[in-house]
Amino acid sequence: MLAGSIKSNAILLGAFALATTMLIAGTHLGTKDRIYEQQRAAEQRALLEIVPQTLHNNSMLDDQVQINDPAAMLRLREDGKAYRARQDGAPVAAIIPAIAPDGYSGEIELLIGINTDGTVSGVRVLSHRETPGLGDKVDIKKSDWITGFNGRSLLNPLPEQWKVIKDGGVFDQFTGATITPRAVTLTVFRALQYYQQSAEAIWAATAEQNTEEGSSNGDAQL
Amino acid sequence: MATPSYKDITVNGFWKNNPAIVQLLGLCPLLAVTASVVNALGLGLATILVLLCSNTAVSLIRNLVSDAVRLPAFVMIIAAAVTVTELLMQAYTYELYQILGIFLPLITTNCVILGRADAFASKNPLLPSMTDGLMMGLGFTAVLLLLGAMRELLGTGAIFADMDLLFGPSAATWKIVLVEGYHDFLLAILPPGAFIFCGLIIALKNRIDSGIKARRDALREKPIKGAKRVRVTGTIS
Repeated sequence: MLAGSIKSNAILLGAFALATTMLIAGTHLGTKDRIYEQQRAAEQRALLEIVPQTLHNNSMLDDQVQINDPAAMLRLREDGKAYRARQDGAPVAAIIPAIAPDGYSGEIELLIGINTDGTVSGVRVLSHRETPGLGDKVDIKKSDWITGFNGRSLLNPLPEQWKVIKDGGVFDQFTGATITPRAVTLTVFRALQYYQQSAEAIWAATAEQNTEEGSSNGDAQL
Repeated sequence: MATPSYKDITVNGFWKNNPAIVQLLGLCPLLAVTASVVNALGLGLATILVLLCSNTAVSLIRNLVSDAVRLPAFVMIIAAAVTVTELLMQAYTYELYQILGIFLPLITTNCVILGRADAFASKNPLLPSMTDGLMMGLGFTAVLLLLGAMRELLGTGAIFADMDLLFGPSAATWKIVLVEGYHDFLLAILPPGAFIFCGLIIALKNRIDSGIKARRDALREKPIKGAKRVRVTGTIS
């Protein structure tokens, strides 16, 4: 009697597991191409905000190189990838990832686009946990503060002025929040220094195959 | 148990037994994602879809599953419904999917859903169960939306921002700025604000309820009392 009920219950639950798994598998098969496209499109949009389509004509997503950063200037936790923008094959700009480890509440993930002449083409915050209403103004959705880096380079302003105004530099801080802009400014500065040292290596490397990119899509938080 | 009428089911879901402000179920996502209308609506729609699917499926199999294994079977159904919803949102509203993040898979653990599956769908026929799922979902979403609207309005001075995440590019212009140059009111955006506003909504509902009750009592009791008194005084001799 008991064994019988255990058996029938087990069969029933097994049938359930099978049916629900098939349902999920079916949906997965039906949506996976679209999800992949959406992820790519979101990445693409983020990259195009930094280096607009008018300035280049290659697909940056298909022109990635592994970042080699032995001195950990970019503070990346794992291997990052740089994206390269080209116009008719000629280098235009590189987009490199960097992390500001010293935000007000944890790390701030950034993407920094640097033109081949060493000027900043754009900076975007990928993720942060800064205080809403104060530190979150580094996010382009809240304020255009981050566009203040556009056109800047290691010579403009001079390195000792790559700071927020409060620390004697030229970049604005926000009312009530100095730590966040300070962390972002320093990180952009370090990324520029990194690019200066490694521009040749970045442009000399061969692009990774797209198949590899598909498998390592875990970094698709863009 | 007799199946309640559709009207009762509707009133239950929206008001008398509202999952969010009477049963106080699913508070974690309720408080966490209601910082703006678009987030609230996104989670609300996902919850409605899951509730509808799980109630339908549970009602269909209610005579098949023995009592001993009904909970694991229900949980499996709910988990499947949530995963499917998650995949669909990822495919069609990718950015919203990213914003809602962990709260989508966590719908599985929203007690509203298992609660309705066990308390209603497992005992009632298909159509009433579907209605119950829909109405409970709508009731939950209504509270989400109300909270989202209050918090977005007080927090940022504007409402319906970023609706294009849900409704496509044409909705990008839906944002209404009520106060220009508004200084963000942090309390409303942060979690404590969610608790405070949720409390206010519950208080308001209770207030309305006691008002209705007082009025109904006033209407009902007078004639009875009067009749009694007449009889009492009348029969004494």
